[in-house]
Amino acid sequence: MVDSELIRTVVKTHGRLSVDIASLSDGDELYLAGLSSLASVNVMLGLEAAFDIEFPDRMLTRRVFESISSMQTAISELVS
Amino acid sequence: MIRSELHALAQHIGREYAAPHADDVDQTSRFPHEALNALKDARALSAFVPVELGGMGCSMRDLAAMCEALGEQCAAAGMVFAMHQIQVGSIVRHCGDSEYFRSYLREMVAHQNLIASVTSEVGVGGDMRSSVCAVERDGCSFRLEKDATTISYGGHADDLLITTRRDASAPANDQVLVLARKADLVMEQTSSWDTLGMRGTCSNGFRLRATGKVAQILGDEFSTIASHTMVPFSHILWSGLWLGIAAGAVSRARTFVRADARKKPGTVPSTAIRLAEAMNALQTMRASVYEVARDCEERMREGVDTLSTVAFALKMNNLKISASQQVFAIVYQAMQICGIAAYKNNTPFSLGRPLRDALSAALMVGNDRIYATNAQLALILKEDT
Repeated sequence: MVDSELIRTVVKTHGRLSVDIASLSDGDELYLAGLSSLASVNVMLGLEAAFDIEFPDRMLTRRVFESISSMQTAISELVS
Repeated sequence: MIRSELHALAQHIGREYAAPHADDVDQTSRFPHEALNALKDARALSAFVPVELGGMGCSMRDLAAMCEALGEQCAAAGMVFAMHQIQVGSIVRHCGDSEYFRSYLREMVAHQNLIASVTSEVGVGGDMRSSVCAVERDGCSFRLEKDATTISYGGHADDLLITTRRDASAPANDQVLVLARKADLVMEQTSSWDTLGMRGTCSNGFRLRATGKVAQILGDEFSTIASHTMVPFSHILWSGLWLGIAAGAVSRARTFVRADARKKPGTVPSTAIRLAEAMNALQTMRASVYEVARDCEERMREGVDTLSTVAFALKMNNLKISASQQVFAIVYQAMQICGIAAYKNNTPFSLGRPLRDALSAALMVGNDRIYATNAQLALILKEDT
């Protein structure tokens, strides 16, 4: 599994959450914490740059970006 | 988007066998052997041959999708494949119940013969529907001499399909199509192919002498073969490979813009709007190619009447004109997006080769010549079907 701290840093920078990311657990739903669909595009771009990956079309779903752990699963699949 | 096993196969061959050699094919103006050998190994050269003769009986849309997939990686390989399929289509659709041609097609399936077209000739001013040369019959044998200005991949083909006057007394436009076999051909190269783009088609000029049996002359007259098969196949399959060139350029532009976006999430790069525009144009082009291919399939199923209408001729010509203009516009747009990285050779975003290849589209059967035909047809068109 890839490092969840790096994902948290990206979400903190680009996610424009209404709460502090540190108060959320890896499984908490980010959309409930204020992640908009526009901001999720920026999170995706930030993750692509941070992990040097490209999300294929099949992964560009709401579900993949709904929590730190769902992103962690998707990115782990891409880097492996 | 057409999805079929053949399309997936052509994508695979495009990526694994055409793409790695595309720059070398272009730079040294050489035949794309690797891609064509892979197509032969996959028996793709006989994809359009009916199942009962050993082929796959594929559709026009399958062929267009294959041309697109190959053209995206190497336009020359896509063009060779397209031109070969035009010849196969002409034989399959106009051989009637000729035992010679049915057995030729079976043999072609087994050996994956590559067939080149010899429609050009010194002295006809680029008019495919006129010939100077004439086939001479002697009992059941024939002989034929032709001075051809260009024969695409002529030096690499197994067999040739040649237009000629029916006999020495026939007028220039009373033509037939003759299949000449390699063993019965003497070819002397008269000009070379050093061009801006499409360099790997190796379309040298040749003076040729062919002999054979009268059974090798297709039964239908060439005017019918041209309007019912050769022209529709050409315009659809060429447009298919041009679509591939355009799609390849847009794909590079997309990668370029995404990389830019990743550097600064939150700001949409200024090039993204140009990318959105290019994608819009690509969608229109793709829709047009496959819609005309679908319409053509339907008419070929329905029979000759619907292939003979003025509206159909116009539609085929319009596809060729618009696709040939779109491919250049889209590749050029992609170049604006990627900037100097596209202008430079040997970067992941180089677009010099596709741009030069795209420039051939408006010239191979010149668009002005086609517009002149359409202008005449416009005067007599009554119904849009």
